[in-house]
Amino acid sequence: MNDLRLWLAIGAVVIASSVGDVLLSKAMKRIGDLDELRSKRGLLAVITRVATNKTFLVALACLIFSFFALLTALSWGDASLVAPASASLTFICSAILAKYFLHENVDRRRWIAAGLVCVGVALLAQ
Amino acid sequence: MKLKKVLIYAAIACCNGTGDVMLKRGMQDLGPIALSNWTHVFSAVMNPWVMLGILFLGGFFYAYLTALSWADLTFVLPATAFGYVVTALLSAYFLHETVSLWRWAGVLMITCGVGLVSGGPSLTEPRRSDSLTGAEDPA
Repeated sequence: MNDLRLWLAIGAVVIASSVGDVLLSKAMKRIGDLDELRSKRGLLAVITRVATNKTFLVALACLIFSFFALLTALSWGDASLVAPASASLTFICSAILAKYFLHENVDRRRWIAAGLVCVGVALLAQ
Repeated sequence: MKLKKVLIYAAIACCNGTGDVMLKRGMQDLGPIALSNWTHVFSAVMNPWVMLGILFLGGFFYAYLTALSWADLTFVLPATAFGYVVTALLSAYFLHETVSLWRWAGVLMITCGVGLVSGGPSLTEPRRSDSLTGAEDPA
């Protein structure tokens, strides 16, 4: 029962943060190179540019939700299980979303890496 | 990969791992959160360890945004996975959690995945024709 509760919390973290990551990536690609923007216009311009982007704000809402879900999960389980498990499952979920929604070239190398991380996560749960 | 980019990736890994462990340390003070009293989770932000964790995660977030502004999500995510190694190390030595041989094996596999991805291209070539200035692909 406690295990189920823990994994449900981890599931909430994974879904919210994958959607957040994908939206974040979309927003940042549209904004452009942050380092370049900062060296030309300064940090304030970077913050204004990022904080007024609608996609970024929706992404941020998803990530804030996932943050509180993570806090809850951390209070129920070991950090060396909860943190890597939620983060690496997020990686698999994000890879799938990135392929279909961001049209990223997820080649064989990246899928094998996703598989390795997946097995790694299974081992972390031992 | 340029040194600047390597440093950004390193900042992502270190801040993320350290931040998570600080959060866990803070949540130890707070105790388990009951579902019937879940709003208790918001009082966590007043804990100094949680505050420190949030500070680290803020640094992580800035570095992460910077990396995402010039690399694919599927490239940045695994490249940041070294943070799990940091989390495992800190959990073992700072939180005194038992990290079994199996978990270390898991950390190793994740790290292999990271190494694999970091050997490939960091950005999907845009298909649009407006990228004339970026036409420096040797292939």
